[in-house]
Amino acid sequence: MEKMLLNIGPSHPAMHGTVQIKVELDGERIIKADVEIGYLHRGFEKTAEHRTYMQVLPYTDRLNYVSPLLNNLAYAMAVEKLLGIDVPPRAKWLRMIFGEISRITDHLTCIAPVGMELGAFTIFLYMIKAREFLWDVLDATTGARLTTSYIRIGGVKADVPENFQDLLKKALRETRKAVKDVHGLLSRNPIFLKRTRDVAVVSQEEALSYGFTGPVLRSTGYYYDVRKAFPYLYYDQVDFEVPLGEKGDNYDRYMVRMKEIEQSIRIIEQSLEKMERGPVRSEDEVVEAYEAIKASHEGKYLDGKLKLGPNLEGMEKEVYYQIMAKVPRYILPPKEDLYRTMEGMIRHFKLIMSGHGLRPPAGEVYVPVEGGNGELGFYIVSDGGDRPYRLHLRAPVFSIMSALAKMIEGHYIADVIPTFASINMIGGELDR
Amino acid sequence: MGLEEIEREFSLERIETADGIPTYYCEKEGLLPLMEKLKSDFEILLDITAVDYFGKREKRFEVVYLLLSLSQKIRLRIKVRLGEGEKVSTLSFLWKNANWLEREVYDMFGIEFEGHPDLRRILLYPEFKGHPLRKDYPLKKSQPRIKLLRSERE
Repeated sequence: MEKMLLNIGPSHPAMHGTVQIKVELDGERIIKADVEIGYLHRGFEKTAEHRTYMQVLPYTDRLNYVSPLLNNLAYAMAVEKLLGIDVPPRAKWLRMIFGEISRITDHLTCIAPVGMELGAFTIFLYMIKAREFLWDVLDATTGARLTTSYIRIGGVKADVPENFQDLLKKALRETRKAVKDVHGLLSRNPIFLKRTRDVAVVSQEEALSYGFTGPVLRSTGYYYDVRKAFPYLYYDQVDFEVPLGEKGDNYDRYMVRMKEIEQSIRIIEQSLEKMERGPVRSEDEVVEAYEAIKASHEGKYLDGKLKLGPNLEGMEKEVYYQIMAKVPRYILPPKEDLYRTMEGMIRHFKLIMSGHGLRPPAGEVYVPVEGGNGELGFYIVSDGGDRPYRLHLRAPVFSIMSALAKMIEGHYIADVIPTFASINMIGGELDR
Repeated sequence: MGLEEIEREFSLERIETADGIPTYYCEKEGLLPLMEKLKSDFEILLDITAVDYFGKREKRFEVVYLLLSLSQKIRLRIKVRLGEGEKVSTLSFLWKNANWLEREVYDMFGIEFEGHPDLRRILLYPEFKGHPLRKDYPLKKSQPRIKLLRSERE
């Protein structure tokens, strides 16, 4: 028997992200595989030790770049725990809605290539189209598609725009349609079943031993979801199911993600109903800036358009108030405060200037959220300074990737890429 | 088995943390028997990482293990204090993902794990000098140029 060594990657058109897989082949069958990672390492943890707590936040967008808001959420929650502050209810509901939107975009981005690798390019187009509608919602609210930095320490950056509900409902309708179409095209497709059933099976024991979490663990039939086991935000107030697989093969991983999209849509719809109403603005109502500032000192938000001076882009500009915890020591003041009042300026200065800044008490904290791929947690050690003494990300994909070599051994070379796609490796999160 | 029993049996030192996860300090010799005992309750090894207290403590490193029990719905943090050059035993035969997690700690901190089957760098390249997450590694330190492999040169 003659063995052949084949090197896939690191830069290969079929690989999503930069990863090298060295496989030892007997014909087309893989005898041994070795996975090399680290091609996207950019020293996130070292950089974070040299940035203030607020400066770290934009870096978290770039970790799992298909669900950036979940990274924002995990980081913000970890720092809030360290500071011991609580977030206003409306911010919590918004965090849930945007977290679930991110989970859907994550799953869509995972399923789309799974279809594409097996020759179903239509699936890719359907899924990416649906994702585009969801990103329109993010764009309208956060101002960016990927690098959102929307969920911040203490709350969320801004309230949602007026047409938010319409945009979101349209996006959800499109997502439902895409999911239904893909169910019809793939879920009972004999070619798809042949290629994914019993491929790269992971048993429950193995999955636990490898530290799997999230959809990949649930595809083996194991019931664990951070949202159910350790509820955070308002996940205990909404009704949703945790879909489980049976065998833990590629098909189950695909199916669990498809079902989770539906559950996430349910969570978003319930959150929209349960969320308390935000400030309503009417067209003709104009508020003088000093009134708004006076009200903001009392912790209130005035409805209506804010009348700003000509140096602040004119009074026509719409203002979306930030929804933040009322803890002046830790939360940046609204920009209206900053430019108009001495107190706002001093508060801003005390939080931004080096040598001042956000200083959580010394201690350590680990806060997990259910990310797109599993338990996503930030471990922060503070020494009482304005920078994290040590910041570590528990990346769900890292543990899953450590099992990839085991998963593809014994299968054909053509199964490598679909398997690799079904675990949804995200280089930014894996290599940090 | 309850945590209090384990605490007494292995004479662990408990500390309080902000997140409420039970946290214990363990001697490095006692780590392996402790983890073998915990393996039956804690199915998932969530994370292994380290913290460098260079110039702040006598033993500069602290290796942090984070375990998750799904049956009892608790997390548990075990810490081991290590001095420069001290080794700690590997857990890669108890939990399989410990293999990569320990490689990462070795890569970033230079802490060696005794009995690890394949202890080499994981995120950085083999020719990298030093261990970047140590506190005495400067943020902007540059690395020497490396020679390309013969196959890449040609």
